[in-house]
Amino acid sequence: MLDRLSFPQPWLSLILFLTWQLLSEGVSGGSVVMGIVLAWAIPQITHGFWPERPAFISPWRMPAYLLRVIKDIIVASFQVAKLILSPRQPRPVFVCYPLELEHPLAISILASTISLTPGTVSADISDDNKLLLVHALDAASDEEVIDAIRTRYEKPLLEMFQ
Amino acid sequence: MSQLAEYTICFLLLLGGAFTLVGAIGLARLPDFFTRLHGPTKATTLGVGAIMLSSVIYFSSQGESIGISEILITVFLFMTAPVSANILAKAAMHIGVKTAENTEGQPWEQ
Amino acid sequence: MIDTVLYLTIGMVTLAALLNVYRLIKGPDAPDRVLALDTLYINAIALIILLGITLGTRMYLESALLIAVMGFVGTVALAKYLKRGSVIE
Repeated sequence: MLDRLSFPQPWLSLILFLTWQLLSEGVSGGSVVMGIVLAWAIPQITHGFWPERPAFISPWRMPAYLLRVIKDIIVASFQVAKLILSPRQPRPVFVCYPLELEHPLAISILASTISLTPGTVSADISDDNKLLLVHALDAASDEEVIDAIRTRYEKPLLEMFQ
Repeated sequence: MSQLAEYTICFLLLLGGAFTLVGAIGLARLPDFFTRLHGPTKATTLGVGAIMLSSVIYFSSQGESIGISEILITVFLFMTAPVSANILAKAAMHIGVKTAENTEGQPWEQ
Repeated sequence: MIDTVLYLTIGMVTLAALLNVYRLIKGPDAPDRVLALDTLYINAIALIILLGITLGTRMYLESALLIAVMGFVGTVALAKYLKRGSVIE
């Protein structure tokens, strides 16, 4: 019974607690109690959905990664806007991207990053978690897309997770 | 309201509106489903983000507290946009949506 | 100056919503329509925020938050339905 009262995922619990405080417009006794209850209950309920504990090795690299992604999102949006407004037809490409990352959480972060940045959307992942299918809006060749993703996003994630 | 805040708000509003419009133009004129997917996931999300930011600056320059709700909505949109794009792409591949003729490579189905 | 820019922005977002409706009606496939709906709800959030700035109130932000959550769930449910033929397995 007592081990039921613990917080199996402290980071998730902390994020849930803080989000509840922000949502409830002003910290009060009630919102703190409710926040603690939610921070305890939601990880308990969703316990089965988490494949394993997230293995962050160096979380302090996260802010630098996030800054780079935000910068890329802005640059990428200008590129996509230019492409949409120009009269010529884009050259879309489907690329199979060979993954070096192994952790599921790291792969999903990479896939989300790909979807948000330069003219690429991640479409699917193979069953053995080795290949990621990426759709690029306008690219000259496969290698260009693969190189860009590898150097800009996968390398920092590898350093963070392995 | 200070002059700087006013100019920033105007700039962000115009930027946001323009990106939202560009996303919708992309949705309307690009040739196939997979290329259309690019407009909403990037341009529209960034456009709404810019509009949210202008709202945060507007209300804080009016002397109210910093808008937490706007920031929460923006973070939520940025987190969900890639997920919905991904799941829509999967659904489209399952149905076998036609791709544009000049597309290189093939979507796979497993 | 802000008022003029605000009305201009509302015009742009409305035009964007109309283009989304065009894609929603034209299709041609079901995923296109779901994508148009997805973009449409994001545009609705932008319009609500702009309305809030115009009226100088923050009351509408709660509804924008709700639309963001419900819209995402709706998109995922529709996409899942297209893929599997049922929402809950």
